[in-house]
Amino acid sequence: MTQLGNPDLTGNSVTPTSAHGLKATGVDVTTAGAAQPPAPDQGGSTPANGWSPAGVLEKGWARLLLGLLLPAALIGAWQWSTSAGLFSVVQLPPPAMVFEAAADLIQRGELGQHVAISTQRVLIGFAFGAGLGLAFGALVGLSRVADVLLAPTIGALRAVPSLAWVPLLILWMKIGEDSKVTLIMIGAFFPVFTTVSLALRHVDKNLVEAGRAFGLKGLKLLTTVQLPAVVPSVFSGLRLALAQAWLFLVAAELIASSMGLGFLLTDSQNNGRTDRLLLAIVLLAVIGKITDALLGVAEKWAVKRWA
Amino acid sequence: MTAVAASARPSASAPSAARTSDLSSALPVSFRGLRRTFGTGGSAHTVLRDIDFDVREGEVLAILGPSGCGKSTLLRATAGLDAPSAGSVNIGTTPVQGIDPRCAFAFQEPRLLPWHTLQANIAIGLPKSSSAKTGKAKVARLLELVGLDKFAKHRPREVSGGMAQRASLARALARNPGVLLLDEPFGALDALTRIKMQDLLLEIHAAEPTTVLLVTHDVDEALQLADRIVVLGKEPGREGDGATIVRTVVVPDERPRDRGSAELARMRSSLLESLGVEGH
Ligand SMILES: Nc1ncnc2c1ncn2[C@@H]1O[C@H](COP(=O)(O)OP(=O)(O)OP(=O)(O)O)[C@@H](O)[C@H]1O
Ligand SMILES: [Mg+2]
Repeated sequence: MTQLGNPDLTGNSVTPTSAHGLKATGVDVTTAGAAQPPAPDQGGSTPANGWSPAGVLEKGWARLLLGLLLPAALIGAWQWSTSAGLFSVVQLPPPAMVFEAAADLIQRGELGQHVAISTQRVLIGFAFGAGLGLAFGALVGLSRVADVLLAPTIGALRAVPSLAWVPLLILWMKIGEDSKVTLIMIGAFFPVFTTVSLALRHVDKNLVEAGRAFGLKGLKLLTTVQLPAVVPSVFSGLRLALAQAWLFLVAAELIASSMGLGFLLTDSQNNGRTDRLLLAIVLLAVIGKITDALLGVAEKWAVKRWA
Repeated sequence: MTAVAASARPSASAPSAARTSDLSSALPVSFRGLRRTFGTGGSAHTVLRDIDFDVREGEVLAILGPSGCGKSTLLRATAGLDAPSAGSVNIGTTPVQGIDPRCAFAFQEPRLLPWHTLQANIAIGLPKSSSAKTGKAKVARLLELVGLDKFAKHRPREVSGGMAQRASLARALARNPGVLLLDEPFGALDALTRIKMQDLLLEIHAAEPTTVLLVTHDVDEALQLADRIVVLGKEPGREGDGATIVRTVVVPDERPRDRGSAELARMRSSLLESLGVEGH
């Protein structure tokens, strides 16, 4: 939007600056650029000082406010339905009670622990799972041999429903951190593996050939041509993986744990604390959304840089 | 157009301006019984056959032929990007087996990495041995030679098709190859820029000996740049068999040549006739 005045980014300033191009050869190239004016820059298309609905929707704060409209309305409806007596307090406690439950847990120092341990499990499991997914995805996407050898097995493992792993993991690793982090790793692995291996197979063959023609091969070819070409797909895989990681976290914590948001869910259920139960759900929603938004920022940057 | 050409062409070039490196030696290329068939069994279809030809070191060879006759395929076989079904390509005394580091390719499409600047794209062409410092200086010089020094930091999608094609040419030149393979390198350029780039190519060729295989659709371009011209096409009576060299023409006179000369005009209409264009 502010790019209109920037000579480096707008199409119409491109022509005159090529004037000195061929000085070294003694040839005047004044018109060289003029014959093929580059496509105008997309970013310059927003009116500079006029108001437009699309322009407002582009602004960060406006989007944030508009995005909060629906949650605010939901809380309003929640408040109204509880004060109107549509539900019993056990079924649906009013927002204020959930708020108090949060304050209470914070005071006891428990809430921070639950959130911290859950987040830690997700981040570690996600990092390792996504890392392995990237490595195996690259291997299967690039090597026909690896594809033939590995893809059927990985596909079969992927078909196993997540909860089926839980008893085995507990048997092998006890109810410690390892079993939970491993389950989350499994959840984060597959989305990254699938998107990366598929995307690598569809990298523009002409670009890869150009890279090879100039002597790139192996790891250098991968990092120079193939990986940059799949950056957008890698990020959509990572975002799916992160969502999966939260899903698997709750699965792990529901079944066997003494801390974390999933534990808070089961514990509250057993004690009839619907207020805490709702609190845990709200927290999962908020933290999940925040981590996804952070990844989204990284994605935006990466796509701009690499695409 | 010929008037423009005469005035735009520089006088027999200052070698120092075009020189991009000191190391370079032109290599001869020979094709022996080369054939390329795509597909197998019933769907097999032969594109090239019986290519027997020698390109001298330092020679500029233009390759003419109708669309789809196998010109790009021939260049790809020379670079080792494609393996012939029969026969061989030799560069110097050694056969081409796999991608050959002695070749540099400017593809029919620019094929630049969209996430790199033009400068970084050109740097990909640098030979492995070049140091960071000399490499940088060389890229800067090439950017200037192809008239893109103001766009060094632009991404390919921020420049025009013709500019991208010039960057692709610069990437190939950065390699100081023994054999320079150019697949319609000036196809996307307007008439004037095209003449400038042709002159640039001749200057660089004069300053740094390299063998050039130039695929083109443009008979005038071939006559202007080449020492010899080969025409690829199907032999009469063997239309189902794939293309081979149906004609070889030696272009007389030193470059730069007078675009208006009667001799070139005669050769031009004769070549067009070989390509199946009547009445010129
Ligand atoms: N990988 C491939 N598989 C099958 N057929 C191919 C392949 N590559 C090229 N061909 C065929 O070979 C023929 C020649 O292609 P090529 O690209 O060499 O033509 P060309 O002379 O360069 O044409 P143009 O002037 O249009 O660029 C075409 O008929 C094409 O279909
Ligand atoms: Mg071609």
